[in-house]
Amino acid sequence: MKHDVIEKASGLLGVLIAVTVSIGGIAEIVPLMMSGPVVEAAPGIEPYGPLQLHGRDIYIREGCYNCHSQMVRPFRAETERYGHYSLAGESVYDRPFQFGSKRTGPDLARVGGRYPDEWHRVHLLNPRDLVPESNMPGYPWLANRGIDAEVVKNKLNALRALGDPYSDDDVESTASAIEGKTELDALIAYLQGLGTTVGRTN
Amino acid sequence: MSFGWSLFVIALTSLNILACAWLINWSSKMNIGDGETTGHIWDGDIVEGNNSLPRWWLGLFWITIIFGCGFLVAYPSFGDFSLLKWDQISQYEEEIAAAEAVYGEVFAEFAATPLDELKNNPAALSAGRNLFANNCSTCHGSDARGARGFPNLADAEWQWGGDPDQILTTIRSGRTGIMPPFGAALDDATRQLLADYVLSLAGREVDAERVAAGEQQFRTFCFACHGLTGEGSTLLGGLALNNEIWRHGSGRSIILDVITNGRNGAMPAQEPLLGADRTHVLAAYVLSLSDED
Repeated sequence: MKHDVIEKASGLLGVLIAVTVSIGGIAEIVPLMMSGPVVEAAPGIEPYGPLQLHGRDIYIREGCYNCHSQMVRPFRAETERYGHYSLAGESVYDRPFQFGSKRTGPDLARVGGRYPDEWHRVHLLNPRDLVPESNMPGYPWLANRGIDAEVVKNKLNALRALGDPYSDDDVESTASAIEGKTELDALIAYLQGLGTTVGRTN
Repeated sequence: MSFGWSLFVIALTSLNILACAWLINWSSKMNIGDGETTGHIWDGDIVEGNNSLPRWWLGLFWITIIFGCGFLVAYPSFGDFSLLKWDQISQYEEEIAAAEAVYGEVFAEFAATPLDELKNNPAALSAGRNLFANNCSTCHGSDARGARGFPNLADAEWQWGGDPDQILTTIRSGRTGIMPPFGAALDDATRQLLADYVLSLAGREVDAERVAAGEQQFRTFCFACHGLTGEGSTLLGGLALNNEIWRHGSGRSIILDVITNGRNGAMPAQEPLLGADRTHVLAAYVLSLSDED
């Protein structure tokens, strides 16, 4: 093929560029997508319950991921502080995953059970009540906002359609799990479940 | 990664490198005559000269390809195959083992020292201070003076006991303190009486008649955890009420709220996170804090 032909047909040039740059992706990404330990749930990892699932969406809505990562890397400096390094199989039910890329606040991959619920309640409303030097914003409105069970039910059904193993009972239990809960409760339920399944000891 | 996918990666990568090598070789062999142009002409007389590819530039490409081939077989790029047997988890484990070789001995020595002695060891306290900052300060504050709802560890008042063993147990296994809500069990008037009585226990001035009536209620509903005279119980984690130390606030309305709605206190177990040796060092540090007072 003549140089001139490619130079003058921008559509053809685009196609050839796409082919060239995707070779790396095909070698690096495709085999991992087919590899068991990366795409299968780690032992004990279950899909999120209705309350936690909604809490996760609040986490995303409020932009928590802008300051908090959820990825303990296999370095001593990280595992000493946060616990066992993160495993790929732990985030198979995260759509999208919340690995994050910046830590203004600490990593949250294993925050579950680290603090009592009450701590989270006070801390989310006004972090400086507990940690005077904190620069995290408060989220006082979460305590006043209820949750629409119908919306959460739809989320469960959507994830089910994507292949997450929710049963009919799981979907039916949504209303009772959400009943009387606030967005604050949902977010705390989500945080308290993070990283508790895989061993946290060093 | 399965063998088949490894083969796929090996084939695709090798083919790609071969294609690059061919392309470089092909373009370097192009015979370009002196003064030849690309044929592009701007403004009537500006032409673009066509020259052979610079030798240093081609050399960089060849060096990159050779380096790439070496890297591919040394590190696990061809599927799981790696000549150096490198992977990130063994690298991490080496890092841990190296640290353990340095610090393990130190911590083992700390762990073998009784807490009463260890709390005077500056090296242990310095390690303890760092452990505290990382693991405890979020609730108890970086100065260990607590926050509303979370105990001050720098004073001499202990909810679960201040003996070295009791402090160690608290840190190791955690504690759960429950103040049950009395909103449903007691009517408003009784709860008001109790709030007044609790204030009187701490030495506040309260109407004597109400104190007497409140004491009666207190000895029915509250004494099991808080003691007959409000001295508390380190066994059950019932807070002492006969002093001016307030966990949740000292206002009458807050006291009433605590009686009505209850409170749940939870100290998470630290041993599963930190291991026995470090927990021991932390206990020594916490012990030393109340000594300074």
